Amino acid sequence: MSKLAFVQKNKIPPSPAPISEVGVIGWLKQNLFSSWFNTLLTLLSIYFLFIILKDFIPWAWGGHWDTKSLRECLDLNPDVACFSVLTARWKQLLFGLYPAEEYWRPTVTFILLIFSIIPILFPKFFRFFWFSIIYPGLAIWLLWGGSIWSVGIVYIGFFLGVLLFILLLRNITKNMVIAGISSILFVILFFIFFSNYLVKILDIIIPISLPPVESLKMGGFTLSLIVGITGIVASFPIGILLALGRQSNLPIIKMICVGFIEFIRGVPLITLLFVASVLLNYFLPPGTNFDIVLRVIIMVTLFSAAYMAEVIRGGLAGLPLGQHEASASLGLTYWQSQRLVIMPQALKISIPGIVNTFIGLFKDTTLVSIISLRDPVGLASTIRADQTWNGIYWELYVAIGLMFFVVCFGMSQYSQYLERKLKTDK
Amino acid sequence: MFNAVFSQLILVLTLIKIFFNLKGEIMRKSLFMVLSSILLIVGGQAAFSGGHSVTLDDVKARGNLLCGVSTGAPGFATIDDSGKDVGFDVDYCRALAAAIFGDPMAVKFVGLTSAVRFTALAAGEVDILARNTTWTYSRDTDLKQTFLGVNYYDGQGFMVKKDLGVNSTLELDGATVCIQVGTTTELNLADYFKENGMSYEPVPTADNAESQQQYLAGACDTYTTDASALHGTRVNLENPDDHLVLPEIISKEPLGPLVRHGDDNWADIGRWVLNALIIAEEKGITQSNIDSWKDTKDAEIHRLLGTGDDDILAMVGLPKNAMYNAIKAGGNYGEIFENNLGATSGINIERGVNASWTKGGILYSPPFR
Repeated sequence: MSKLAFVQKNKIPPSPAPISEVGVIGWLKQNLFSSWFNTLLTLLSIYFLFIILKDFIPWAWGGHWDTKSLRECLDLNPDVACFSVLTARWKQLLFGLYPAEEYWRPTVTFILLIFSIIPILFPKFFRFFWFSIIYPGLAIWLLWGGSIWSVGIVYIGFFLGVLLFILLLRNITKNMVIAGISSILFVILFFIFFSNYLVKILDIIIPISLPPVESLKMGGFTLSLIVGITGIVASFPIGILLALGRQSNLPIIKMICVGFIEFIRGVPLITLLFVASVLLNYFLPPGTNFDIVLRVIIMVTLFSAAYMAEVIRGGLAGLPLGQHEASASLGLTYWQSQRLVIMPQALKISIPGIVNTFIGLFKDTTLVSIISLRDPVGLASTIRADQTWNGIYWELYVAIGLMFFVVCFGMSQYSQYLERKLKTDK
Repeated sequence: MFNAVFSQLILVLTLIKIFFNLKGEIMRKSLFMVLSSILLIVGGQAAFSGGHSVTLDDVKARGNLLCGVSTGAPGFATIDDSGKDVGFDVDYCRALAAAIFGDPMAVKFVGLTSAVRFTALAAGEVDILARNTTWTYSRDTDLKQTFLGVNYYDGQGFMVKKDLGVNSTLELDGATVCIQVGTTTELNLADYFKENGMSYEPVPTADNAESQQQYLAGACDTYTTDASALHGTRVNLENPDDHLVLPEIISKEPLGPLVRHGDDNWADIGRWVLNALIIAEEKGITQSNIDSWKDTKDAEIHRLLGTGDDDILAMVGLPKNAMYNAIKAGGNYGEIFENNLGATSGINIERGVNASWTKGGILYSPPFR
């Protein structure tokens, strides 16, 4: 028996896994048919998918794209989609009532938007951050038109303010508060007394202007993007400040922040929009034309800032108290420790919640259709009121849904990229 | 704008400061009297300036009319493929703009949802509201609006599939009814069925489009809304001939333009532009033949078109040929109706009660004298 002893000298090469465990079949077996229950679920899902797609695909695939009216579609073949409404109205769905010869302006604005957010989204392009600062003014000028100086003056004013602040600090006083207050006073005085004349003078010297477009003409997906993106960008810093304020030791600041957050969270967005759209006009002096889109943006921003504050507070609460104490013991001031230690960690924890709020905000922009702004959903009902397309339903909503999906899915994908990139633990 | 708001704020703050720094009750009282009398003077100017409209002045200063229309009501107001505002209410506002400025394009249309229409008018966001709005007692009085007349007599109707075999609303006992929640149509429906001792099962929907989808999907036997909307919807169904709009109209929905209380002269202008369009149809004045009435013996036509000697439109602050321009803009009432609601529009609504009184309808304008 022992003579037959055998010792393998070299390693046996691994034999290929059985055909049922690798490749497509293996994947199917592992993911879709691993137990009788999962098999049942898989089969049910396939069945439901089939039911939906067996009608949807022929409906969408054979759709008409070039008829002149819904009647024509129905006379040709009533069982397929009538996408002709999109052929006729896609410009309105994208740009609202923006003058056709100026369509390049919103287009350029949104292309530039990509360039302006790249330095913020991807750290290696951070040296182009100056463009992100110029961009908001540029976008306002491109979209609303008018003289470039009426927007530029804001930049000039703040630039002069900062310049004054630095000069005061260097040459006259060492006191930050005095320098700060006097430069803020300077900026306020500048805007009250000098800005109007300066704009007029600059208009004469270097006249650069675009034909003005009023807010009444803004609509479609452009409007959703304007309201959504401005709201997102503005609500983030406000949200951070509110979250910090809520945790502050200073009772008045804390009370204001808590009051604001709880008030806004206790009121539905649509109520705030109604206030912006109708109530505000009663309080403003007659004749003031407070732009409706601006009013809506302010309300949407405040609304989402309150939610943002709570999300970030969640992130702050997730940090061990030791982090605060450690940074304090290093001799960092409050703002230094927030900037260098607390916020980077708290924000990282809050990324899913923050993006959640962003996506929610973007989709909430469709509520503006109730206060008569012509966002895509509002436009859909306007289009249906045209006898040419009266009765069209699914085609419009499928198209609008797709547009929103692309943007929201993009945001969600970016947040996942960010989470992977910032993953320092594990 | 920022500066204006800011300076007013400063002014108010200063006044408040002075007010509270004053010594003695009497001084405070007298200052209060002065302030309130200033307010009264400013406010009173609007109310007591006879023969002259503040709104008209504002409109003229602005250079265009702000007209509140629906964001989308088939035939009444919408936007066509090229982005132009079109519709029955839109054409009325163009006529009004033409009367004031001689230019039917000097008007800006503000789309308003039913939720914000009255507040937008009251807050001064629009000068006039022409938004297929039903004239009711409470809207006239409680909401402090002035209705200028009726430009369309609508009423609630029912649409059924022909194979249901129903030819009258009185045969609808026990039917399922798709009904838009929160509208007057909901109340009318309940009243009507109760009155006639019938029962029904409501299927609530959010708007006309949803009603239509539910109806086509078979969720309800019939769906009800204003008859004008039913006709517009029916034409664009897959097989219009399979569907029937029942002949009974169960409610009165007189639609008309309206303005704020407090500027009667402005209301007069709007009312008489509407009347002028109705009179023009009565007299046979159309967009195309309007220039051929110079030699007519009818003194009313001369007064209307401003071709005679007396300039009665000066009484409301309009140019002599204002009504000529208004009719020239989109034609008379009949033409506007035909283009937006009648056969030309594809909606195919019959004139019915909306015909001139000379042709068996109830459209009747006071004389232009």
